[in-house]
Amino acid sequence: MKAYLRAMRWLFHIGRYMQLLSASFRRPEKGRVFRSLLIRELDAIGTQSIGIVALLSLFMGAVICLQTAHQIGGWIPVYTIGFTVRQTMILEFSPTLIPVILAGKVGSNIASQIGTMRVTEQIDALEIMGVNSAGYLILPKIIAGLCIVPFLVILSMVMGVGAGAWVGVATGVSSLADFEYGMQVDFHVFDVIYALTKTVAFGFILTSVSAYHGYYAAGGALEVGRSSTRAVVWSVVIIMVTNLILTQMLLN
Amino acid sequence: MIELHNISKSFGEHDVLKDIQASFERGKVNFVIGRSGSGKSVMTKCTVGLIEPDQGHVSYDGRNFTALSRRDRKEIRQEIGMLFQGSALFDSMTVQENVSFPLKMFSGMTDAEIDRRASECLERVELADAGSRFPAECSGGMQKRVGIARAIAMNPKYLFCDEPNSGLDPQTAIVIDQLIMEITREYNMTTVVISHDMNSVMEASDTIHFVHEGRILWRGDRGGLLAGGVPELEDFVFASELMRRIRKGGQV
Repeated sequence: MKAYLRAMRWLFHIGRYMQLLSASFRRPEKGRVFRSLLIRELDAIGTQSIGIVALLSLFMGAVICLQTAHQIGGWIPVYTIGFTVRQTMILEFSPTLIPVILAGKVGSNIASQIGTMRVTEQIDALEIMGVNSAGYLILPKIIAGLCIVPFLVILSMVMGVGAGAWVGVATGVSSLADFEYGMQVDFHVFDVIYALTKTVAFGFILTSVSAYHGYYAAGGALEVGRSSTRAVVWSVVIIMVTNLILTQMLLN
Repeated sequence: MIELHNISKSFGEHDVLKDIQASFERGKVNFVIGRSGSGKSVMTKCTVGLIEPDQGHVSYDGRNFTALSRRDRKEIRQEIGMLFQGSALFDSMTVQENVSFPLKMFSGMTDAEIDRRASECLERVELADAGSRFPAECSGGMQKRVGIARAIAMNPKYLFCDEPNSGLDPQTAIVIDQLIMEITREYNMTTVVISHDMNSVMEASDTIHFVHEGRILWRGDRGGLLAGGVPELEDFVFASELMRRIRKGGQV
């Protein structure tokens, strides 16, 4: 009985999520207003996340370089360091962990912003005016997520690999020539395409799932806080599951 | 005129509205009064389309609002202004932007015309100098007045006010009541005020509907209210010592 109720609850949330997406993707009331909202969201999701993305990528690239140097222990070619840093950053760290980090930063922000609007009746005010509140509030965030998250991920790849090279040379574990050679060896453009494909999907998930939790918040400040937590947890879980599915699909 | 025909609404086992019949007249301030939990807010939400009734329909000047599609409802919604209990101002926008918002979304006016109209509305509620402030920088009374300015920006035919005086001191409450009365006459609107503030009812009401346990138990005017006759209404109206003394015609 418990399993049945749980399954029904899941189905309820999936159905309501789909309904919200369908309402969000209706034609915006005013193109000019939509464009200004989109620019604001590109700034909130993208520009204001550059700092944290850069910082994490720099340190991750540097740490991966030092760890690889420690593991190869002198009997594996040194260029492996550059190869490993590149592969780790491009294949997994940047496309998966950066969206996870953004789910924490941007996702909680989206859920709490929309949740606060819900509990203070601002969403009701939009509806009564005749504004499609889902389209007005959620669509610009989803489009901004789809557009800007891949750029943040490319930035993360470049900064991570760059930091790896710099730390490798600075600490003497690799020469620049070895690192560069490792970066280029067995490189497939498909790896970048694969990574960016995943990123677009994760950008959609982190914005839409967070918006869903905020949009259906009910009650007061406590519930807005809970919806924000749920937004982060569910975004991360869905990103991880989707990562597994997409990896299997794209690499086969 | 707004008419409610046999409106019923249940949430699970709980019947919140039971066969509600009501009509709210044009050019008058129509009060809906009743105890907390009596169904006033659900009735209002059914009337403006935020909640779908299980049975019955709402008509706006003969137009069956309940039967209309989402797209067709938009036309009527743009004729509705609403003042929310918590004002529901958009906190990321200035006062001027809040008042301009419905005009920007639906009016087709130029930016200069929108600015002029928003300023007119703010002047009407005596907040000409507050345009550049954010809602958080305004007092409760000012927020209500901004809410009224936003509600009248599109020259609405219908105005809904949900607990317009909640959280206000008695003097500010009188100012808001008078403002609601004046704009109702000026715009010849059908105004519906949801309240349980007896001072407000005595100050501003033209017609009164008393809701008790999901039913309209009594309708009339101020004179009829004091005359009593319905025990539930008497319990509600004369709950305070002040009202009991007024009824006795004694010294307050």
